[in-house]
Amino acid sequence: MKKILVILLSILTFSAQAAESAEGEKFSPGDMIMHHVGDDYVWEFAHGLTIPLPVILYGENGLDIFLSSKFYNEHHELQPYKGYVMEHGHIYYANEEGEPKTVTGENGEEKHVGPLDLSITKNVASMFVSVFLLFVVFLSIASAYNKRRGKAPRGLQSFFEPIIVFVRDDIAKTNIGPKYERYMPYLLTIFFFIWFNNLLGLIPGGANLTGNIAVTLTLAVLTLIITVFSGNKSYWGHIFNTPGVPWWLKWGIPIMPLVEVIGIFTKPFSLMVRLFANITAGHIIILSLFSLIFIFESVAIGPVSVAFATFMNFLELFVALLQAYIFTLLSAMYFGGAVEEHDHHDDLGHGDAPHLAGAHH
Amino acid sequence: MNPLVTPSIGLLFWQVVTFLLVLFLLSKFAWKPIMKALREREQNIDNALSMAEKAKLEMQSLRADNERLLNEARAERERILKEATDAATALVEGARTRANEEGARMIEQARVSIENEKKAALTEVKNLAATLSIDIAEKLIKRELQDEQAQRALVQSYLRDTPLS
Repeated sequence: MKKILVILLSILTFSAQAAESAEGEKFSPGDMIMHHVGDDYVWEFAHGLTIPLPVILYGENGLDIFLSSKFYNEHHELQPYKGYVMEHGHIYYANEEGEPKTVTGENGEEKHVGPLDLSITKNVASMFVSVFLLFVVFLSIASAYNKRRGKAPRGLQSFFEPIIVFVRDDIAKTNIGPKYERYMPYLLTIFFFIWFNNLLGLIPGGANLTGNIAVTLTLAVLTLIITVFSGNKSYWGHIFNTPGVPWWLKWGIPIMPLVEVIGIFTKPFSLMVRLFANITAGHIIILSLFSLIFIFESVAIGPVSVAFATFMNFLELFVALLQAYIFTLLSAMYFGGAVEEHDHHDDLGHGDAPHLAGAHH
Repeated sequence: MNPLVTPSIGLLFWQVVTFLLVLFLLSKFAWKPIMKALREREQNIDNALSMAEKAKLEMQSLRADNERLLNEARAERERILKEATDAATALVEGARTRANEEGARMIEQARVSIENEKKAALTEVKNLAATLSIDIAEKLIKRELQDEQAQRALVQSYLRDTPLS
């Protein structure tokens, strides 16, 4: 059933590209893929089934809120609206000719200027859908726990309970230690936020939210902030006065503190890139497989592409869970490293081996 | 720069706002009650298990207690029985002893009274015999001394036997 659905929706989605290429425009897989993994002001489920999304701009003219469909005339051609113009997926101020306004920078380089763009884009809308789902699922589970206090879980509750317990016991408890409890809300939220959004991204027509650098950046920065604010004396001691390192490497030539401080930032940076790259790559591979059909301009290649893409989709279902797990696990490890109480007597150089091993994951 | 690795301000803004809101709301209304319920349930299970264990131990000690009580009761019964038997034996023994003593005393009394009777009888027989002897003697003498001659002979014989100084 799922396979049929995947095939059907894939055909629906890509018929758009096929139609365009049939009109004489050369099919460009790169542009198509970038268009699909990127953000947009409309939500295109399939060709012809497009929902315009609200555009929210704040700039020279104050606050402007309107639907993105205003940028298109009745022939689906781009047009300026209210002094704004959309070009290559960005909104700029329009000049008299309806072209993006340009300013010349200090180095003589010309660039377009635009207002502060807080539009509800496809990714934002998709995030709202996922948030709605998160609320529906977990608030109903919470109420089930309240109603059936002390009883065995049932239904949705029994599906999610092992996962929640897994996050608590195998991610938080083992990596953070006795102080795990205060990190549980954050760990559970990122785990389910990432997982849900990964899955939503796999639905044909879905947005590539967790494959967007802005999203992974936010999550990684939150992990960084929590880690830094959780850091106890021993954590900072390890960074600025690393045990087991010759004194001249700490105060003579401060290489170790420098490396450790860089390490504070590389850990969340790796989180950001890992999630973004994994999810985007998965989307790109699936889209590339479908592009083959249009590159070869042959229906015969279709079954092959669909077979591979189906396989990739199942793999991506696994990756969706795996990446949510890895992001949560590594966050927990960083928190664990920050709150860990080191015993300095037997800790010369090998005490933090477990969480360093995690960091190089 | 590639648009893929350029975070857009709008998405960043919405992501931060939404995520923090989600984090706050889910923490307050979902994770907190869920974690609490899980913890409570685990504690309940732990308690139930330890209570079952305790009940088992209690049962065992109860059984041991019962066994002990039973043994005690049995011992008590033995003791009471033995005491009763002893008392009965003592009673019988006492009665027998008393009866024996009484018998002996009565035999003794009878013996003494027989002795006394015998003595009285003997005395009576002696007295009777003496009276009879005197009577006989009287009668004899009366008959002997009916003639003068015999009386004189007798006085003579007495006189002969009596030394006269």
